[in-house]
Amino acid sequence: MNVVVPVKLVPDLVEELEIAPSGVELDTTFGRLVLNEFDEHALEQALLLKERSGATVTVLAAGPEGAEEVLYSAAAKGADRLVRIGADLPRPANSHALARLFGAAIREMAPDLVLIGVQAHDSLDGPIGPMLAEGLGMPYVGYVSGVTLADGCCTVRKEYPGGMTAEVEVDLPAVLGIQAAEQPPRYVAISKVRQAMKEATIEQRTAAEPDASGAAAVSRMYKPETGQRAIMIEGDIEAVASGLVDIFREQGLL
Amino acid sequence: MAYYTLKSLLVALALLTAMGVFGWRVYLLLWDNLRRGQPSGPFRHIAERAKGVLIFVAGQLRLFRLPVPGIAHFFIFWGFIILSLTILQAIVEGLASWNRPGLILPLLGTFGPLALLQDLLAVLVALAVIYALYVRLVIDPVRYVGSHKGEGVKVLAFIFTIMLSLLMMNGTRINLGEDLLQSWRPASRIVGLLLSAAGEGAQRAIGETAYFIHLGVVLIFLTELPGGKHFHIVTSVPAVFLRNLDPPGQLQPGDGVRTVEEFRWRHMLDFYTCTECGRCQDYCPAYASGSPLSPKVLMMGLRDHLMERGSARRLSAKGKLPDSASEPVLVGGVLSEELLWGCTTCLACDQECPLFIEHVAPLVDMRRHLVLEGRMDEMLQVALSNLGRYGNSFGQSERARARWSQGIETRIKDARREPVEYLWFVGDYASYNATVLDATRKAALVFQRAGLDFGILYEGERSAGNDVRRAGEEGLFEMLVEQNLRTLAGCSYQAIVTTDPHSYNTLKHEYGLGANGRAPVLHYSELLDRLISSGRLSLSKPLTYRVTYHDPCYLGRYNGVYEAPRRVIEATGCALVEMPHHHDRAICCGAGGGRIWMQEAQLKERPSERRIREAAELEGVQGFVVACPKDLTMYKDAVKTTGYEGRLAVMDLIEIVHQAL
Amino acid sequence: MGNEIFLVVEHLRGQLRELSYTLAAAARAASRSGEDRVTAALLGHGAEHLADELDVDQVLYVDHPALAEFTSDAYRPVLVGLIEAHRPRAVLFGDTTIGADVAGGISARLGLPLVSGCLALWQEGAQIQYLCKVYAGKILVEGELPGPTALVTMIPGAYRPEQGRAAHPAEVKSVSAPTLEKLRVRLKGYVEPEVGDVDITREPILISVGRGIQRQDNIELAQELADALAGTVCASRPVVDHGWLPTSRLVGKSGKMVKPKLYLALGISGAPEHMEGMSESELIIGVNTDPSAPIFGIARFGVGVDVLDLLPVLSEKVRAAKAG
Repeated sequence: MNVVVPVKLVPDLVEELEIAPSGVELDTTFGRLVLNEFDEHALEQALLLKERSGATVTVLAAGPEGAEEVLYSAAAKGADRLVRIGADLPRPANSHALARLFGAAIREMAPDLVLIGVQAHDSLDGPIGPMLAEGLGMPYVGYVSGVTLADGCCTVRKEYPGGMTAEVEVDLPAVLGIQAAEQPPRYVAISKVRQAMKEATIEQRTAAEPDASGAAAVSRMYKPETGQRAIMIEGDIEAVASGLVDIFREQGLL
Repeated sequence: MAYYTLKSLLVALALLTAMGVFGWRVYLLLWDNLRRGQPSGPFRHIAERAKGVLIFVAGQLRLFRLPVPGIAHFFIFWGFIILSLTILQAIVEGLASWNRPGLILPLLGTFGPLALLQDLLAVLVALAVIYALYVRLVIDPVRYVGSHKGEGVKVLAFIFTIMLSLLMMNGTRINLGEDLLQSWRPASRIVGLLLSAAGEGAQRAIGETAYFIHLGVVLIFLTELPGGKHFHIVTSVPAVFLRNLDPPGQLQPGDGVRTVEEFRWRHMLDFYTCTECGRCQDYCPAYASGSPLSPKVLMMGLRDHLMERGSARRLSAKGKLPDSASEPVLVGGVLSEELLWGCTTCLACDQECPLFIEHVAPLVDMRRHLVLEGRMDEMLQVALSNLGRYGNSFGQSERARARWSQGIETRIKDARREPVEYLWFVGDYASYNATVLDATRKAALVFQRAGLDFGILYEGERSAGNDVRRAGEEGLFEMLVEQNLRTLAGCSYQAIVTTDPHSYNTLKHEYGLGANGRAPVLHYSELLDRLISSGRLSLSKPLTYRVTYHDPCYLGRYNGVYEAPRRVIEATGCALVEMPHHHDRAICCGAGGGRIWMQEAQLKERPSERRIREAAELEGVQGFVVACPKDLTMYKDAVKTTGYEGRLAVMDLIEIVHQAL
Repeated sequence: MGNEIFLVVEHLRGQLRELSYTLAAAARAASRSGEDRVTAALLGHGAEHLADELDVDQVLYVDHPALAEFTSDAYRPVLVGLIEAHRPRAVLFGDTTIGADVAGGISARLGLPLVSGCLALWQEGAQIQYLCKVYAGKILVEGELPGPTALVTMIPGAYRPEQGRAAHPAEVKSVSAPTLEKLRVRLKGYVEPEVGDVDITREPILISVGRGIQRQDNIELAQELADALAGTVCASRPVVDHGWLPTSRLVGKSGKMVKPKLYLALGISGAPEHMEGMSESELIIGVNTDPSAPIFGIARFGVGVDVLDLLPVLSEKVRAAKAG
């Protein structure tokens, strides 16, 4: 059982986000990139499948900076094969481009299962998973929070609103968009990551700049204006609490 | 066969058997188990070590922290030492009995004052034993919860029997007129008087019976010694001699311990040395709040496990038992994860232990293994991930680290770019935690008022890593040290000052900073103390508060800084009232060892609340002064949850100094 | 000849999902009345009247047993066929477990651009403009919807469902389904959520806790306030993921949609997935120490103090106000 997990790095939202002078994209000078949270869950799910059924896990990372760190960390957690593609590509790459980039590499690997995060917060043009699946000719099910493998197929738990879930059977090979792994992503000790840096090898694959067509044009990118924002109640705890009680009273909530 | 020949034979036999069993067990438990442990040492400073044995073993110094039990044990200890000569006498007498019955040792057997001392000691020991039995059977103090109480009572009974039989033996010999030193043995004479009604044959019979009981019980005790709570009789001198002379705040690097053989043999020696006295348990804040952790139980568990592993190994080597797959797991098994994560590393246990057993260090070793396996609660995982990525446990950008300083009028120097006299290492909590920011700003203002030439590292500072190390994430600790040292290497400073005792501890002892004769590391209370006493900082507005002061664990117990903060408090004019637990007995707030990053365990009473309640009982005390940012957050919270908000104001030391400016 | 704006109707277990009305309202906003036509694509089985209250000009209904409930493998070829045949100007999907599962695949298959996380659409000159949220709601993006056909996944929020309702049903045209066999995705069944003690969708006062509550025991503080206000405690995803509250209390995209009189968001940043679940609340008050938290974008009032400091004081004052 061969499981492939394509991951990407996204801007860390801990930092203040700034718009570039062009006004249509983010200013990336001070930003930091982190592994997409949902891709982290996808990796965790893959590792769980490995622990349960002995699958091999291949992690595929795209992008210039930070991709190596992510791969070594994945190796320290138990990933078997590390591949990095498009190290020399300019960023950011849109979902279409990434889907094509990943697709080309994954096709060669002929996996049984592809696990990818169901979304990422930087994707204006939508999640990569469904596009990737189409390119690979595989079925896609998203918002998955549980995976059970069987012969030639798998049963997944698909999340619906209201806390409801559905049991869905999917023929393999397939692409699954992971919402949450069956357990929270595990911690990996720094000493293990450092050990992985010494022992693990990352396969580097160059790629031609993929076709990035399909994206929408952006005419303006901006932060929500403060004018649209809430009326802030000022003061210390006492003042604020009193202010809130007044509001409750006015609204007839007391 | 004549009686005396039989006596010699019996004594020889008993002696050989007892020594054999004792020797064999000591070999198995100490040598055979310990040699599989990891290397320890080197053990330098022989003179200081010898002095330690004198003060702490001969002098029993730490035992007097519990005064009356300390006195009792002092007499039992010294009684045993002096009276061991009577056992030697008994052995010699027994072995020589076939040829020369009634043989008396030269010198030792003829020295009157020695005989008097022995006689008096026999009584004192007996009295001490009666007191000890009273404590164990009637008072039954909580520190013995979890100890082998039965064993304790049994051994006390042994000792009493040994004393009584000695006096009876002596008494009958005095009655038979065979004791040349009878005038030097008042107690024995009295016992003899009580027995004087018996006839000569009976006297001799009683005497010889008493002799065999005396020697016999000693030999039985000897064989039972190894592996129990009284093994300390053998191991205490080496344990104290080889005690750790490094500062307690200086942990050794390592990969963690999964199986008991991965401990350093020096720690294994500690496991055997535990007397189950429970002094550590009584002062453990985790135990008091209902955690399964007790330092005493930790040591006992490790000792028992070490012995079990030894036996299992020897049996399997002979092909008698299945291999290690079926053996109990130490980390997470014999000692549960909950127990191992419960420790706040406050060091009260190591402080109280009369035999200098290290409890925290082996526990951190086991935590290292849990971290490598990723077995920790989610909150700790989040904190460690944040520390790895952002250099602080709050998950906030490192660029926001110095945001607290934006309110200060006079810009604080950037120590990365300009030389400074004092490099102020602010620390995580003081930089990011909303409750503490006010104190941090006041510290800046006070430093400026004192005309101090100081600077901070702004975004270059990372968590110093003290608690990261104690939580067992050694790799992350190393990474933080590397990052901080790199930043510091580019700075020019005379001394480092920090407002956080945790940072203070690790910077001082684990960063190798002081090693090349480089800058000293100061806690700000030490700096303030210097500034005030040298007149550089004058406090013109004397305050009239009555306050109490809480000694932070990493400042007090770990580093012995008790008086400087107190002098500063008094310099502000405040009246200082001590809590019942003060100085090296201060009760930890419960935040250390990474616990502030973990889910709160099922609690009886939070350590911080317990401390506030103690302070609230002091009459007229309005202020609770702290000198640690974590203490500030914990106690401010505790004061609310205990409902003492109006009654006690929790203040940082810097706040009262600032007020008194 | 005007544009045709498609919307893909979402239904679940025989019920039309409220999002479909939002899609209709958005489609109307993107169309010029009289000139453009709004068409609902309804895929189902025995479901031809489901879209009767939708404010659209016509309904294209495709009936097939395999379409009774949504699966990506069945819906996708049908929609591809409809789009190829009609070449609409825009196709609106819900950014949901239904819409988002198929939109991307159709985009890749037909080479059509996709805009995701869309809040609003409007006409400007001859073009359709879009407004989207990215970076967990911290950034807004505007642009022109590319031609000739663009796919859009919409999140609820900009349009009230009432705006998408019609008094009279639109004409339903049946379209024959293509052959749907050897489907690789098969729905086995639905699993009801764990029955909670409380149905938060019925509660008028909700005290919601997020990451800012920090630890499980602090939820007690929120419960105290809820008790004082006769309200109910609910939560955002991080709290439920930790297991501190059951999923029955989850508000958001994967949880419940709530519309209480008061929604007090404590220590919640306001990620779009959460906001989807509560943006319809009558009065939203946000408590968060981060002044740039997106929650303040939909809250009417905001408070910048720490949740844990505020709660005990607020509970006390509410109790006093109720007593006095």
